[in-house]
Amino acid sequence: MDAVFKALADASRRQLLDRLHAENGQALGELCKGLEMTRQAVTKHLTILEGANLVVATRRGREKLHYINPVPINEIAERWIGKYERHRLKALSELKRALEGSDE
Amino acid sequence: MSKPNFVYVTYIDSTPEKVWQALTDGAFTRRYWVNHRNASDWKVGSSWRHEDFDDASLVDIVGQVVESSPPRRLVLTWSFPQDAENPERVSRVDFNIEAYGNAVRLTVAHSELEPDSPMLHGISRGWPLVLSSLKTMLETGKPLPGTSQRMMRPPE
Repeated sequence: MDAVFKALADASRRQLLDRLHAENGQALGELCKGLEMTRQAVTKHLTILEGANLVVATRRGREKLHYINPVPINEIAERWIGKYERHRLKALSELKRALEGSDE
Repeated sequence: MSKPNFVYVTYIDSTPEKVWQALTDGAFTRRYWVNHRNASDWKVGSSWRHEDFDDASLVDIVGQVVESSPPRRLVLTWSFPQDAENPERVSRVDFNIEAYGNAVRLTVAHSELEPDSPMLHGISRGWPLVLSSLKTMLETGKPLPGTSQRMMRPPE
């Protein structure tokens, strides 16, 4: 999870994720187009994003295509959404207990 | 396979056999995949259905088994039941289950989706949730909250 936050804590890497979100499955060349970053910088950022499992690269013939992988972001979101939900359920069951006057 | 529309990867602290079972056995899928069963004999050429666990007449997704090599690889076609005869609306899902150290790397590639279709929008929300719930269930014994109950039907 640290790797995900580190990877997201950089505007250039978020920009790369935005570009993959707009158009998934891009080769390095496409991804570099119109960016004010060198190809080497983009490659380094992609390595960090891949290390955090936020980008998945697949081979297709000679091409390496990059895909945004939102599964780890979903895990982070659910970690806290789940907590809130449990909290809400606990509050509801306390309310129920209070209203029904039971010790169950 | 044409260029996938989406590729999802999750690393799961489990075994390929357990991940395969979690994808193909209704007793597992119902717990993390919004109370659905994936029903098939999982043989190449057989049909499969993604149906409500408690009411098998509610079928949400149908398709054919294209490849089946337990516990490593499963390829399915995928469409809404009413689109099953319309090739443009039949997409394809490749599951690859690889050992990764003591864990498993599960890759789900969804391809041949109709551009800007309800299916494309539905699965791009659905897969991340289903896969992270699958991971959580296999690692902790419990699925993510809110993924055990049936949700509303996708727009048609």
